[in-house]
Amino acid sequence: MEIITKFLEKNGLVVAFLSVGIVIYVSGIISDKLTNKKIPASAIAILMGLVLAYIGGVYTQGEKGIADIKIFSGFGMMGGSMLRDFAIVSTAMGASFLVMKRTGWVGALSLFLGIVLSFLAGVVVALLGGYTDAISLTTIGAGACTYIVGPVTGAAIGANSDVMALSIAAGVVKAVAVTIGTPFIAKYIGLNNPHTAMIFGGLMGTTSGVTAGLAATDPKLVPYGALTATFYTGLGCLFCPSILFLLMKMIFG
Amino acid sequence: MIIYGVAILAFCYVIGQLFGEFLGKSIGVDANVGGVGFAMLLLIILSDWINKKGYLDRNTENGIMFWNQMYIPIVVAMSATQNVRVAFSSGFIAVLAGLVPIIICAITIPFLAKLSKNTQLD
Repeated sequence: MEIITKFLEKNGLVVAFLSVGIVIYVSGIISDKLTNKKIPASAIAILMGLVLAYIGGVYTQGEKGIADIKIFSGFGMMGGSMLRDFAIVSTAMGASFLVMKRTGWVGALSLFLGIVLSFLAGVVVALLGGYTDAISLTTIGAGACTYIVGPVTGAAIGANSDVMALSIAAGVVKAVAVTIGTPFIAKYIGLNNPHTAMIFGGLMGTTSGVTAGLAATDPKLVPYGALTATFYTGLGCLFCPSILFLLMKMIFG
Repeated sequence: MIIYGVAILAFCYVIGQLFGEFLGKSIGVDANVGGVGFAMLLLIILSDWINKKGYLDRNTENGIMFWNQMYIPIVVAMSATQNVRVAFSSGFIAVLAGLVPIIICAITIPFLAKLSKNTQLD
């Protein structure tokens, strides 16, 4: 038994390939037989991934989902930012440059709106939760952008650690909710073309949520959403600790 | 050859991500600004150029398409490594702070889409 665990641990990435392959195979069967292909296999697979992450988290009390279980540590490598970004870039092959160019300005607008609206929504929620100081409000508002903007902003303006943790949690909730929710809201918001996908990416911003959500909705839309979403975290880290923090300081002192 | 395709992809990735890092540094942010986006644009332009020159054979393209096909499996692995436990067990404020922005932004999408479609007709 020990030999097996050691072996699986040592060959983590390959074990992850195998495990994900099985997850997708099972998802395909579920999609086929149980939902009559109404829910795409990729959506079920991503959902199963989240369930695995939850199980892993509860079992180990760690932060990296299933990857905290030693024999599945390869999931961390396979789903890490390097391979993820590498694969996202490859989706640009076959994407239309024309559409991207035409949607360029509205993509930029959606980025700006996405950051400001998410930030303000986060601030309002924080106010309702009883936070009144500019630093905590800004940090939680930043967490409502993405789970990276939150701690980066918090660290920059000197937030205390429980507010930072809260902002990270808000960002994680957002990423998970976008992942699960996108296929369901897609038809109500007209998310079925590259044009809207770019706006969607800019407004939601969470790269993991947007790309996973679009993959579950229609994989053809992924490159368009990813293109705008990839600017979001960086711009969020630019705006939140600066202009938006000053704004909060002006209002809340 | 397959490796040429992978190498082209890697070239775009490295250049784009580096550009994003430097852009972040230059505007004083401790984060990568649009690295993946620049890499994607570079890949679109580069693959188009190589294609026109006639250098893009089937195998080279497969080197890129392999990763294109691996995208969803990688996303599944990524989902499996999210901190879902925290997302579910975090307090009411964190859940609301995560959900309310999504709702507001989702409502905004049709308006923005319409706005940009109208101007396209002009």
